Amino acid sequence: MNFRTFAAFVGPSVFMMLLFIAFPLISVFVQSFYVTQTVYEVVEVETCTPGFLTQTCTTEKTSVPVVGEDGHVLTTTEFVGLQSYANVLELGRAWDALKSGSWSAFQTIDFWKALRFTLTFTLITLPLNIGLGLGIALMINNAAKAARGPVIFISLLPFIITPVIGALSINWLFRGDGILTAAMEWYSGRDIAMFAQAWTIELLMMLYRVWHVAPFAAIVLYAGLQTVNSDSLESAVIDGASRWQRLRYIVIPHLMPLIIFVSMIHLMDAYRVFEEVVGFSSQGHVISLQWLTYDFLVPDQAGNRSISRASASAMLTMIGITLLLIAPLRRTWRDHKGGH
Amino acid sequence: MSSRAMRQPLSLRLTSNSLLILWCVIAAFPIFWITVMSFKTPVDAFDANALNVIFGPETRAKGHGVSLLDICLLGLALWGLWRGAARLLPSMVRSYAPAGAVWLGWLIGAAAFGLVALVTLFGLLPVLSNALNPVLGAFGADVIGLTTEHYKTVWIDRGFSNNFQNSLVVTAGVVTVSLTVGTLAGYGLARSGSTLAFWILIVALVFRALPHSVLVAGYLPVFINSSEWLAPILGENAPTLYGKPMAVIAVLVAINQPFTIWMLRSFFQNIPAELDEAARVDGCNHFQAFRRVIMPVMWPGVITTGLFSFLLAYNDFLVTSLLLDAQNQTMVPAIAGMFNRETTTTDQVVAVAAAVSITAPLFILVMVFQRQIVSGLTAGAVKG
Repeated sequence: MNFRTFAAFVGPSVFMMLLFIAFPLISVFVQSFYVTQTVYEVVEVETCTPGFLTQTCTTEKTSVPVVGEDGHVLTTTEFVGLQSYANVLELGRAWDALKSGSWSAFQTIDFWKALRFTLTFTLITLPLNIGLGLGIALMINNAAKAARGPVIFISLLPFIITPVIGALSINWLFRGDGILTAAMEWYSGRDIAMFAQAWTIELLMMLYRVWHVAPFAAIVLYAGLQTVNSDSLESAVIDGASRWQRLRYIVIPHLMPLIIFVSMIHLMDAYRVFEEVVGFSSQGHVISLQWLTYDFLVPDQAGNRSISRASASAMLTMIGITLLLIAPLRRTWRDHKGGH
Repeated sequence: MSSRAMRQPLSLRLTSNSLLILWCVIAAFPIFWITVMSFKTPVDAFDANALNVIFGPETRAKGHGVSLLDICLLGLALWGLWRGAARLLPSMVRSYAPAGAVWLGWLIGAAAFGLVALVTLFGLLPVLSNALNPVLGAFGADVIGLTTEHYKTVWIDRGFSNNFQNSLVVTAGVVTVSLTVGTLAGYGLARSGSTLAFWILIVALVFRALPHSVLVAGYLPVFINSSEWLAPILGENAPTLYGKPMAVIAVLVAINQPFTIWMLRSFFQNIPAELDEAARVDGCNHFQAFRRVIMPVMWPGVITTGLFSFLLAYNDFLVTSLLLDAQNQTMVPAIAGMFNRETTTTDQVVAVAAAVSITAPLFILVMVFQRQIVSGLTAGAVKG
């Protein structure tokens, strides 16, 4: 296929990705160094109240937005350098908190709080997801042929459900005296409030995430299990390998590429954790990096969006993604060069 | 030999199967439970006793309930519909659809089936049960409390049908455009082994990892001010892109594009290249080969990818909630708004009903397309 045909086939897709992914990235990068503000001017306003003989008049200075000739509010955009980053990172406060050794003071700063949660969330759910996924895959593989279809159908439900709705549905089971909280209270004999402190909310969020993504791991690994070489399994039996040894030395090495694939996807997706914060309405206790950017973008009470701070926090989020992707991308590049 | 060597002891099989059943319960329970909750009065829905939630005494006391007869009738109707869909529908489509347009036959068949289902469930069933319940005594007495008032509140009073239409517009747009653009690109990438193609795929992979909020931070100022910078090109009536479904469709298509081209590429690689080479030998150029030879055999892959595009557009919260105004809001952001406003338990149950309404189409989707979804999940993965 020559270049022109290739370009004709791929062109529309590449164009859309450039226009809607690459261009916004650049514009976010640029925006993060600028601040757009409404121009205010100080005007003296004289307010008079009718009085006897003479009016009582007071003049006071107020700042009002300047309205341009076309009827729009004037704005200025100025270069502020790294100011927006400093506003998001609050390095001064963070440093003070760390110096005084106060972790809780450090965790009052939104960005560091979000970073802490995002990283713990990603790293804790990863092994749980792989473990549960592998477990389910092995169990489906063990089950009777006729049962597999329905089991896969049920397993797909948590995966396919809208993330916000999935989080909400778990939320409703625990909210207040929800059915599962009530069950736990009955079992432990204590009063339990799942949404009163941060760690229980985090626990629920992780539970939800594992519930939501484990089916994906399970189905991918189940497909991989179908291609395990049965001859090598049989020779392992003859050599006296136990069930566990067969799993450990034959099945898992065979599934390793798939496990890496699932882990990669999971890392990318878990780092973007967002819907959980919405679904569990946990913003009072727990926030994630992507939620932080989202929150800057949502108009505040005065209707202003802090675009530049959102851009700064977005760029900082990007750094994490880049670090996450460097290792696998280098591997792919080596494979590609080796393959040709 | 092989079966005996691999045979597992009974205890292991029992453990494995019971754990699998436990997983199925965990997987289905939250969805099942919110479905049950959505049909009860608030007092029952948030009762601490599970039996009260299921049987709904409060709901029954208010006169909303179903009898054993109703349950039997419903079961019968669902069984009949299921049999009709699984047996009758395919054979009818096969015999009546014109040869060249089987998909049209399926479309009409599905629409007709939906109509029959609606008439049976909402037209025929209530009439039958109303007529028979008083006659049958204990068999016709209410046993389970059940009310559909929350669904009425959501869909009629809260304007959820409007959100539903918006969701429909956005998802239909995203699926159509992203498949059109993605199919071409996926084919091009699958048939070209050049380094450029490799780099496009790698960059697409990086793009796939981007948090969507990063991208939205880039769109927002541009979209809000679009009437200004579009004015030199489009003149006076340049649109403000913010709040327009069209803009959101374009954004979601682009966000979805990396995933789409990776998936379609792996499907196209499964179609032997000899097929289009043969067409080229017969004098087709690349586009003719694509249209005449590849298009007829690519549908399984395209349907699968379309399903995933549908899911992305349907499930999206972040992009739609930030880029659409209240009038064009889709279902998922709308429910989040409902949930924040909640003050009473009634509002909560209404939100539950909305959540179930959003989940129901997905449930049907899995039921119909389970095989395609599984093949889609494994297509990208098994090949690495």
